[in-house]
Amino acid sequence: MNELKAKPIYLDYQATTPTDPRVVDAMLPYFYEKFGNAHSRNHSFGWEAEDAIELARGQVATIIGASPKEVIFTSGATESNNLALKGVMKFYGKKKPHMITTVTEHKCVLDSARHLEQEGYKVTYLPVQKNGMVDLETLKAAITDETALVSIMAVHNEIGVIQPLKEIGEICRERGVFFHCDAAQAVGKIPLDVNDMKIDLMSISGHKLYGPKGVGALFVRRRPRVRVVAQITGGGQERGMRSGTLPTPLIVGFGKACDIALNEMAEENARIMELRNYTLKRFRDRLEDIYLNGDEENRVAGNLNISFAYVEGESLLMGIKNIAVSSGSACTSASLEPSYVLRALGVDEELAHTSLRIGIGRFTTREELDQAIDAICNEVERLREMSPLWEMAQEGIDIKSIEWAEH
Amino acid sequence: MAYSEKLLDHYENPRNVGSFDKNESTVGTGLVGAPACGDVMKLQIRVSAEGIIEDAKFKTFGCGSAIASSSLITEWVKGKTIAEAGAIKNSQIAEELALPPVKIHCSILAEDAIKAAISDYNTKNGKAAAEAAE
Repeated sequence: MNELKAKPIYLDYQATTPTDPRVVDAMLPYFYEKFGNAHSRNHSFGWEAEDAIELARGQVATIIGASPKEVIFTSGATESNNLALKGVMKFYGKKKPHMITTVTEHKCVLDSARHLEQEGYKVTYLPVQKNGMVDLETLKAAITDETALVSIMAVHNEIGVIQPLKEIGEICRERGVFFHCDAAQAVGKIPLDVNDMKIDLMSISGHKLYGPKGVGALFVRRRPRVRVVAQITGGGQERGMRSGTLPTPLIVGFGKACDIALNEMAEENARIMELRNYTLKRFRDRLEDIYLNGDEENRVAGNLNISFAYVEGESLLMGIKNIAVSSGSACTSASLEPSYVLRALGVDEELAHTSLRIGIGRFTTREELDQAIDAICNEVERLREMSPLWEMAQEGIDIKSIEWAEH
Repeated sequence: MAYSEKLLDHYENPRNVGSFDKNESTVGTGLVGAPACGDVMKLQIRVSAEGIIEDAKFKTFGCGSAIASSSLITEWVKGKTIAEAGAIKNSQIAEELALPPVKIHCSILAEDAIKAAISDYNTKNGKAAAEAAE
């Protein structure tokens, strides 16, 4: 059982990222030495914290090409998405009670949309194509005179596909509809410019780009002005859009993380892309019947989502417990349903049960990947030898031709 | 999810993995579950002229609990009569492996698999009527 004692390998960078040590260093003084409340306007403790926060606000704004005045700090992308959807619809919804999103959005967007529906707003959930991409013609056709908001994510958390943001932004601007983009997985990973892409609201997460957990931001455009109804009220901080004392250390770390990402993105992406292509090639060289989920070209560097046919995802994870990856298998989710995202792509349910998401990031090494690839391939081969479906496939029996008793 | 030592042992060292020729008259085959649901079990028994299960094999597509449940039941049925094997309850499997509540369906599938294998054997050997009479 040497395997158990070996250092675990982290390949789940879409779930979260380790906080970069440079980020931690930047944060530390703000816990004890510089602990002031940024909203204390009448003493130096407050000013010191405020200065640090405004520096961070500028760093966050810069990475998306926004003005610092357009950045509202929140507790993370979930809160930002809630604020964007509910805030915009509640402000504009009397005249324009309709919004559009896609079936593959993150749960926090879909759930906010569901809540709005319960309150009487209308929501259109656009399907996506087999490669995970939004069809622009379908989007155009869904926009009506009553549409206030389109919410489409930049980079997908499960399958890594990058949506055509600039084209979506142009369609929305032309039709007078606000474009909200959940960019939790995109900021720091792909170049973004809210003006060039005509994005009106953008959600950002700190911990997905090597910053701390518990902090995020919502970009809210000032020209043309976007209004949102606050979802958390109180002292009126963040220009009235989000009350509550700002967590200075987290925000300082978030800003620093954006600053590092902006400076190192090009170099880092090239390195990660090479590791990803290497990994995919090694899997394809060794195993047959594996399928990449999501578009191969329009894809963020650090994401691989692969279905290993005939091997159920949770049993595969059990066999590689030294390696931290995630699965689209039902057995790994609380709901016992396979990934709704893979289902939306039209991936067969049996293949959805066999998927692994492998996330490569800043601290991933080729040695780690080699170990992970070997372990995954060995386990896939072992489990296939044990799989009645693999046996049938080898005998040339089409498993779709069998009448299964679904339970 | 924390699994019991016994479950992990069956998952890591599964017993009786493999297949018999399903066309042999002494072999009963049960194939239960569905790929879309994430688990399929194939369980086979080889039955002696005296009605004793001499050998059993399985192949399972499914989570670790499904693999362990099928491995365990192949061990249990060996040496039993068909009637004894058919009386194994999913709750015994669930208890032995300490299955968490969300995995109880794996033990139910294993019970279904052995019943299906017995039924297939009986049908092949013209014992359907006898089974129904039991």
